[in-house]
Amino acid sequence: MSDNTDITPFNEDEEVIHYELRLFITGASFNSRRAVVNVKEICETYLKDRYSLEIIDVYQQKTLAEKEQIIALPLLIKSLPLPARRLIGDMSDTEKVLKGLGISIGT
Amino acid sequence: MKTTSSDSITGLPALQKARTGIKGLDEITLGGFPQGRPTLICGSAGCGKTLFSIEFLVHGALQFGEPGVFVAFEEKSEELTINVASLGFDLNQMQKDKLIKLDHVHIERSEIEETGEYDLDGLFIRLGHAIDSIGAKRVVLDTIESLFSGLNNEAIIRAELRRLFEWLKDRNVTTIITGERGEGLLTRQGLEEYVSDCVILLDHRVANKISTRLLRIVKYRGSVHGTNEYPFLIDEDGISVLPVTSLTLSHDASSKRISSGIPALNKMLGGEGFFEGSSILVSGTAGTGKTSIAGSFANETCLNGDRCIYFAFEESPKQIVRNMRSIGIDLQSHIDNNLLKFHASRPTLNGLEMHLLSINKMITQFKPKTVIVDPITNLITVGSVSEVKSVLIRLIDFLQAEGTTVLFTALSLNDNISEQTDESVSSLVDAWLLVRDIEMNGERNRGLYVMKSRGMKHSNQVREFVISDNGLDLVDVFLGPEGVLTGSAREAQQLLEQTGVVLRDHAVSRKDREIERKKMVLEAKIESLKEEFASLQEELNKTFIEEELKKEVFEKNRHELSQIRDGKKRD
Repeated sequence: MSDNTDITPFNEDEEVIHYELRLFITGASFNSRRAVVNVKEICETYLKDRYSLEIIDVYQQKTLAEKEQIIALPLLIKSLPLPARRLIGDMSDTEKVLKGLGISIGT
Repeated sequence: MKTTSSDSITGLPALQKARTGIKGLDEITLGGFPQGRPTLICGSAGCGKTLFSIEFLVHGALQFGEPGVFVAFEEKSEELTINVASLGFDLNQMQKDKLIKLDHVHIERSEIEETGEYDLDGLFIRLGHAIDSIGAKRVVLDTIESLFSGLNNEAIIRAELRRLFEWLKDRNVTTIITGERGEGLLTRQGLEEYVSDCVILLDHRVANKISTRLLRIVKYRGSVHGTNEYPFLIDEDGISVLPVTSLTLSHDASSKRISSGIPALNKMLGGEGFFEGSSILVSGTAGTGKTSIAGSFANETCLNGDRCIYFAFEESPKQIVRNMRSIGIDLQSHIDNNLLKFHASRPTLNGLEMHLLSINKMITQFKPKTVIVDPITNLITVGSVSEVKSVLIRLIDFLQAEGTTVLFTALSLNDNISEQTDESVSSLVDAWLLVRDIEMNGERNRGLYVMKSRGMKHSNQVREFVISDNGLDLVDVFLGPEGVLTGSAREAQQLLEQTGVVLRDHAVSRKDREIERKKMVLEAKIESLKEEFASLQEELNKTFIEEELKKEVFEKNRHELSQIRDGKKRD
C-alpha cells in the first residue's frame, strides 16, 4: 500500500527534503483508522509531493513487530531525513506530529 | 511431571501448578507457580530476579517439556545469553531447538514522540507471535516496568498492562513478571495490583557487611505455602533455595554406636562411643585439644571406610593435616582416598544462612557419615547469638534427619562451667564433652568430662586428657587428700605410691622371716621336751621293771624257802 511515491524535482532554491514514512497499524481499530486519516492529512498539507508513506498492518506481518521493535501502536516511523523518529498515537496532536517529523510550522 | 495438584485428597479441582525446577522452590510453593497465571517476582536491583526467571524457563523447557518465551526489557538477548552461560545454559542452542525464544524489547524515550491515543498492541502481537512460534507454555516479562520509563501516558500503560495479564491468562501460559522494588510498595509501579495470584519477594540484605539473599512468598492465592523468609544461594549451579526449617522432631533414632576414635573416651561412654546420628559438642578453652578430638573422630570415621566432611572455620586444611600428623593421625591419606573432605572458609565469607545453605548443599552432595564443624564459636562474628542458635538448630535437625553424626567444637572463653553458654547449643546436642584446663603446681593440664550423653551410661569422672605422639588418651586422675592431681603431680604421686609398695613389701618380708625364726625356735623346744619326756618315761619304766624283778625274785625266794622248809621235813 504505497501512496504518492513520485519524487519532486529540483525546482526550488532550497534543496528538497524527501520524507520516508512508514505507518504501522493494527487492522481497522479506532486508533488505526484515525491515525491513517491524520497522517495522510498532515502529509498532504505540509509535505505535498515530497514524501512516501507506507501503511503496514502489523497483524498481517507479525514478524515485523519484533524486527521493528514495535510496542505501542499506531506507530509512524520517519526513517528519512535523519534523525530517525518514532511517533506513536493516533496523530491527533498535529503540533507534536510536526515537531516529531521535524517540520517547522512557521511558514 | 508437568503439573502437580496441591490438594488431591479432597478430590476437588485444585490449583494446577507449574514446577519451577529451582532447587527448593517447588517445596516451599508445594509444587511450583500457579499454572497459566501470572506470578510477580519483585526485589531490588541485583537480587536475582532475572536469574530466577531464566531458570524457570530453562528448567521448564528441558525438564518439563514446556518451551518458554523470554521478553527482556532491559538486557539485550546477546547479553542475557552470555550472562547465563556461566550457569551452563546454552540459550543460543535452545533457541535453535525452539525451546526458548528471546525477544529484546527496546524502548528509547528520546526517539519517541507521543501524538495521541495509542495502545500496546505491538507488544501483544510480538508476544503472541513468539508464543505461537515455539508453542510456549511459559512466558517471562523481565522488568515490564521499563514501559513506564519509556512511555509517558501512564493511564494507557496501566490499562494495557491489565489487559495484557488477562490476555496471558486466556492464553493459559504461566507467566513470570519481574518488578523493581519500590518504596513502601512491592514494586515501583504497583504491579502487584494487577498480578494478584502469586507474589514472590526477593531480598538482598546486608548486615554487618555480610550479605544474605532471602526469598519470601508474599502471597499465593489458592494454595498453602511456606511463609518464612527462606535464604537462597546463587552459585555455579544456579539458584538453590533450601527450606531449612525445624518444624518437626520426627527423625529416627539409631541405637547403633560410632566410635569416637579415642578408646578411653569410648569407655567413658558406656564402652562403645556415641550414638550414630547424634550431635556432639566438644567445648573448652583455647588450646585444650578440641580440634585434636575432632580430627581423631574424623580419622576414625575414615578408617572405618566412611565419609566425613570437615568444615573448618579457623584453620586451613593443610594446617589441620600437619597438626594432626604431629599426634600420629594421618588425615592426608583419607583426603587422597576421597573419604575426607575439607571445607575451609572464614565465617565472614558469607552470612550465616549462606553458611547453612552451603553446608547443607555439600552434605547432600557428599553424603558423609560424620560431619565436623570446627568451631561454631566463630560463626558468632557474623550473627547474633540467637541467630547462630537458630542456624545450629536447623543444622542439627537437618543432619539428624539425614542420620549424620555431627561433632561441633566450641571455644568457651571463661572457664566457669555453670556460665557456659556455648551459643546455647549445649541443650540441643546429645552429647557434650568438656575439655578444661586444670592449673596446678605451675602447670596446665587438660581434664575431660562427659557433661552429658543422652541415652547411655557414662562416666561422671574427670579424666586427664593426654595428647602424645601416639594420639589421644585419657588417664585416670589421682584423687588424693589434696584433691585432683594431674600431670606431673599425678606422676609424682604415682611414684610415691610405688615407693610405698616397695617399703611395704620389705616390711612384710621381714615379719615373715621373724615368724620363721620363732617357728624354728619353738620347734626346737618341742624337740627337747620330747627328749625329756622320753627319758622320763624310761626312768619310770626302769623302776617299774625293777619292781617287777624284785617282786619276782621275792616270790621265787619265798617259794624256795617254803620248799626248803617242806623238803627238810620230808628228807
